[in-house]
Amino acid sequence: MASKFMTALGLGAALAAGLPFAPTAFAKDWKTVVIGMEGAYEPWNLTDSSGKIVGFEPDLAMDLCKRAGLECKIIAQDWDGMIPGLKAGKFDVIMDGMSITDERKKEIDFSKPYAASPGSFLAPKDSPLAKATAAGTLVNLDKDAAGGDAAIKGVQAALKGKTLGVQVSTTHANFASQYLKDVATVKEYKTTDDRDLDLKSGRIDASLDDLPTNMATASKPDASEFAVVGPKLIGGVFGTGEGMGIRKDDADLTAKFDKALTEAIADGTVKKISEQWFKIDMTPQ
Amino acid sequence: MDFDFITKTFVRLLAALPLTLSVWFLSVVLGGLIAAGVTWMRVSGVKPFEFFARAYVMVFRGTPLLIQLFVVYYGLASLPALRASFIWPFLRDAFNCAVLSLALCTAGYQAEIFRGALLAVPHGQVEAARACGMSRLLMFRRIIFPIAMRHALPAYSTEMISMVKSTALVSLITLWDVMSIALKIRNDTLVTYLPLILAGAIYFVVNYIIGAGFLALERRLSPHLRPRPS
Amino acid sequence: MGDLAIFGFGQGGWGLALLQGAAMTLLVSACGLVIGSAIGGLVAWARLSGKLLAGGVGQAYAALFRGLPELLIVYFVYFGTSTLLTETAHALGHEGFVGVPSFAAGALAVGVISGAYQAEVFRAAYLAISRGELEAAVSVGMNRALLFRRIIAPQVLRFALPGLGNLWQVALKDSSLISVTGLTELMRISQVGAGSTHRPFAFYLGGAALYLVMTIATTRFFDVAEARATRGMRRAMG
Repeated sequence: MASKFMTALGLGAALAAGLPFAPTAFAKDWKTVVIGMEGAYEPWNLTDSSGKIVGFEPDLAMDLCKRAGLECKIIAQDWDGMIPGLKAGKFDVIMDGMSITDERKKEIDFSKPYAASPGSFLAPKDSPLAKATAAGTLVNLDKDAAGGDAAIKGVQAALKGKTLGVQVSTTHANFASQYLKDVATVKEYKTTDDRDLDLKSGRIDASLDDLPTNMATASKPDASEFAVVGPKLIGGVFGTGEGMGIRKDDADLTAKFDKALTEAIADGTVKKISEQWFKIDMTPQ
Repeated sequence: MDFDFITKTFVRLLAALPLTLSVWFLSVVLGGLIAAGVTWMRVSGVKPFEFFARAYVMVFRGTPLLIQLFVVYYGLASLPALRASFIWPFLRDAFNCAVLSLALCTAGYQAEIFRGALLAVPHGQVEAARACGMSRLLMFRRIIFPIAMRHALPAYSTEMISMVKSTALVSLITLWDVMSIALKIRNDTLVTYLPLILAGAIYFVVNYIIGAGFLALERRLSPHLRPRPS
Repeated sequence: MGDLAIFGFGQGGWGLALLQGAAMTLLVSACGLVIGSAIGGLVAWARLSGKLLAGGVGQAYAALFRGLPELLIVYFVYFGTSTLLTETAHALGHEGFVGVPSFAAGALAVGVISGAYQAEVFRAAYLAISRGELEAAVSVGMNRALLFRRIIAPQVLRFALPGLGNLWQVALKDSSLISVTGLTELMRISQVGAGSTHRPFAFYLGGAALYLVMTIATTRFFDVAEARATRGMRRAMG
């Protein structure tokens, strides 16, 4: 019995050990680039009923690729297969509303951010957050340490003993676990739609997410008792924004996209495309 | 090999194991009770009961568990009438919804296992029992149940193991079990395989123990199938 | 768009996409089940053979692929074989990533998993055959081939059918995991639709309805097969 178990485990371990070390050497003179997106994350990227992938990121990707002189192909991939797909070379870029964090930078490279928006709270209009410190104003946690401190303390007081909903593996989840874990119950959701359902049914007292997402939810007819309340927070643990994920070996590709992105931000293209899809300007400051 | 990362990840995964095991245990026990009821309905001979039992098995085996979880947790909560009722405090909690939903699902599969096991009881034995004058209850207790249970054990062990892995779906309703934590670590750090391999090892050990337990039970209960001592 | 219009077939309607997803689910599950039967039969035979090595390998296979989470198995089947294929292609001078076709990888993954469970079903079915029948057949002078064809195979099939029916349902659900290979089956389409239109209820309930329809239709097939296989068999209950 024990020997069979060991054999099975050994086989499995050998297989597992071999996989990540499989060398991936790919074309260095970039002509075509394959970009992976989920196609299920409106309005960042979504699939229309004919199967075509549209949205903020596809439009922006097409523009950047044109500037960089690359031919880009967008393929749909569900999130669980995204990271191994990048590492295995199935695609060269992940562009899926992925926030740039220091932890992630250990594994892959990011382009400079192509979108950034403040973190905001969505709650019933009579929530204590509406009267919290700095409610309704934008607070930069990097540039305004004292103001940031006060705003965070205000949020902690307003949410004491309550339940907050965030989307898992986002900078908002990181903020919640860093500052709110001890005062409130933090529930993590796989998708924003699921969390919005729980907000409406009263299981959670507030949502923390980026501003355009919350504004879009609040504008729906069945969300009339909810509004964006409390302070809007940017910087600090919220990071610099969303960026394109690229393998560490492909620094030249990252440089190409960085250059194209700088141009696109400078001439207002990013502002135009983001206003078309998000209704607000998402250009990183 | 970043041993620090491996150790930290492994500890985080182990910390989620009690959640996985408690959801699993409670749902299979509750599911077993529901399945017993459904099976009883199925063999009762009363047409409406039989129809209900068949429909129950059809619906809960025929739809994905993920969607069943979604309906029990989010779907029921979206009905204002339910939110005002006395079961809301129960359904409000994600753990309760997880146990309930998984129990309803496994009951469908378990009912089919019970049905197959009852079918395997040789008719000759039942006839003999009746000829001896055994009451229905005695016949069930001493003839039908032992034979059926022995026949059901392999399939039941399969279902038990399948349920352990099904608990991985509860991240849909904000419960973070071993697999979900592994995927979360993966998303946070973008380390491709290590969290999954560690989670896989934990599941493998748990499932191996369960499988070995059922195998031992099977061996104990079927001395007549073991090779005769020469 | 109205709630029901979203399932339509015209402009903006997801009806066709959902049906295509359902068709893909059916195909992959069916191919997976067949592959699983072949593997399951082999593993059960190995375990029942009484030989130590064969029994050990069979047991290890069953233990490994029943005990590991399905997601992990799908990953290794898809990315493992793709990496192998890519490396071979590189050795032959080809550039870039070569992926195993997602359908093949998906069906193989479902089959590998199903085989481990089917082995258990076949094993139990074989053990349910009355010893007396086997002894009588041997004493009458039947050779092994005839014994298999006339005694063992029909009865294994008869006893295994309920279990196989169960495993077919499981295969239909396991097929939802192979979306990591990029294959667009029904669950993936439901999730894509839900995320793209912010209408989770419509798409999840619609997807569930399609799964149910597929289940009901294919269960009929198993019911008919079971009725034919158990002709003349008297049962204690049910």
